[in-house]
Amino acid sequence: MSHFDLAILVIDENAVRAAIIEDGLREAGHSHVTVVHTVNGIARVIEATRPDVIIIDIENPNRDMMEHLFQLTRSVSRPIAMFVDRSDSASIEAAVEAGVSAYIVDGLKKERVKPILDMAVIRFNAFSRLQRELADAKSALEDRKVVERAKGILMKLRNLSEEEAYALMRQTAMNEKKKLVDIAQSVVTAAGLLM
Amino acid sequence: MTTIDHPDIAAPAVVSGPEQTHLRAGFIPLVDAAVLIAAAELGFAAREGLTLDLVRDVSWANIRDRLAFKQFDVAHMLSPMPIAAMLELGSNPSPTIAPFALGRGGNAITLSVRLFEAMQARAGLADDASALDCAKALATIIAGRKQSGMPPLTLGMTYPYSSHNYELRYWLAAGGIDPDRDVRLAVVPPPMTSDALSAGAIDGFCVGAPWNMIASEKGVGRIVATKQDIWASSPEKVLGMRPDWADRNRDSVSRLIVALAAAARWCDDPANHDALADILAQAAYVGAPAEIIRHVLAGQFALDAKGNRRAVPNYFVFHGAEANCPSSAQALWVYSQMVRWGQAAYSPQGTATAASAFRSDLYTAALGLSERPCEEDVADPFIDGRVFDPGALEAYIRGFGAPNQGASA
Repeated sequence: MSHFDLAILVIDENAVRAAIIEDGLREAGHSHVTVVHTVNGIARVIEATRPDVIIIDIENPNRDMMEHLFQLTRSVSRPIAMFVDRSDSASIEAAVEAGVSAYIVDGLKKERVKPILDMAVIRFNAFSRLQRELADAKSALEDRKVVERAKGILMKLRNLSEEEAYALMRQTAMNEKKKLVDIAQSVVTAAGLLM
Repeated sequence: MTTIDHPDIAAPAVVSGPEQTHLRAGFIPLVDAAVLIAAAELGFAAREGLTLDLVRDVSWANIRDRLAFKQFDVAHMLSPMPIAAMLELGSNPSPTIAPFALGRGGNAITLSVRLFEAMQARAGLADDASALDCAKALATIIAGRKQSGMPPLTLGMTYPYSSHNYELRYWLAAGGIDPDRDVRLAVVPPPMTSDALSAGAIDGFCVGAPWNMIASEKGVGRIVATKQDIWASSPEKVLGMRPDWADRNRDSVSRLIVALAAAARWCDDPANHDALADILAQAAYVGAPAEIIRHVLAGQFALDAKGNRRAVPNYFVFHGAEANCPSSAQALWVYSQMVRWGQAAYSPQGTATAASAFRSDLYTAALGLSERPCEEDVADPFIDGRVFDPGALEAYIRGFGAPNQGASA
């Protein structure tokens, strides 16, 4: 029996991340992969797919529902939460940090499951890095907009050149030990109140 | 100095070194996390030389796992969780003890307004009907639905090893309803209960505060029973920790118990309830309207949106009446319900194991009490008139009839 015969169920409300995980599993040669985005009707899915491994986002409050389900169903015979090997604290920490939790059918050899969890951890991390970068890029753009507006206000009100307006804000930020964007935001807010 | 040679546990750098004073505490956004939150926010922990880092979590399964995997040092837990852990029930059981109870009360059972109106129409239920009458009226509705081939009602609770599960089951059974055959029980995360009820995904639920009152004030639910109606002495949330961690940090555990007891006394004082409601209302904690939390703390219940109200004295008890003492009698009652509903088998060994989860000895020692103050009185009667005698556990369990085998049977 090939080690790729494991049935894997991925439950993730984030469709993009779920797709990334599914991709990784298929690349690794797993063909019995089921992905669902909601826990509604999950009992039937588990009944139908009889998963050996269930991967679920740790931030999903419905984990408690899964715990209840395992009491009611015999499809996942005696699922063990989360981790393959209790003594492997580095893996455990990495998984929790990444936000991965998993249930594994009791008796499954850890060598068969560990690569799956490791892959899920890597992909979860890659996904949050992407999201963070996107958020950073967005806020950088927002910051620039605020600074531009504040510059315009100062140029108009105090009759400054663009360079002088920028220098004034930078100097104020340094004096007050604040970020440039915070000073710019104050200028914009104040202008909104006064003008 | 002794060192323990155990290949599975990484040796601490300094075995006899200073104890941990910076503690990470997991909690779920509920009013009954108040004692932990007050201890961290109002300086009770600091006064004992401890720093409490509170970490909000989304599920009891996460709380259990993060405590087991040492991401939390202590945690706000459902009282049956340490008992289940000691009995190795559920997934990922890992030894857990409770040396402090975070208070009693806060739970209630809410049914959809539609269902309650049907109960009124069919059973002639008064607006101020008792919790037992409500359960009996529900039984007639369920019998009627069965006769006309309608699907069973679905009721929500929070976790398989929760006071809510056992209180809901107790209430149903008191009304003559078999919780495994006559209804479907489902787990619904507390913040989703109100929406699930209005969407018709569930017909009722048993959860902690403030979620019952949120459903009733929105006009989607009718509160039909409070925990006081079912059994006033039943344990609610506890502070859980790993026994090996507690052994290595005895002084810190004692200090924490002292800090929490002081915080609990503060939380109990009605004069502090406005301030407490404001703290709990913050998004980082419970994130519910301060006004509703104030009503919850005062036990002022809006039963429905029509203005029917009910005052429940001592709906929340954070400190008084030995509410902080984790008594083995309470642990044994939880065990009796685990056996009754087929989650565990009865044995003398199981009895001892269940009792070992609640450590009133640590509580008593930390507070310098000479006797175990809470190891006596659980004699107040239940909704069905039964009285729990922890000394005659097996007979008590047998009194419920043959254990249920769960819905899968």
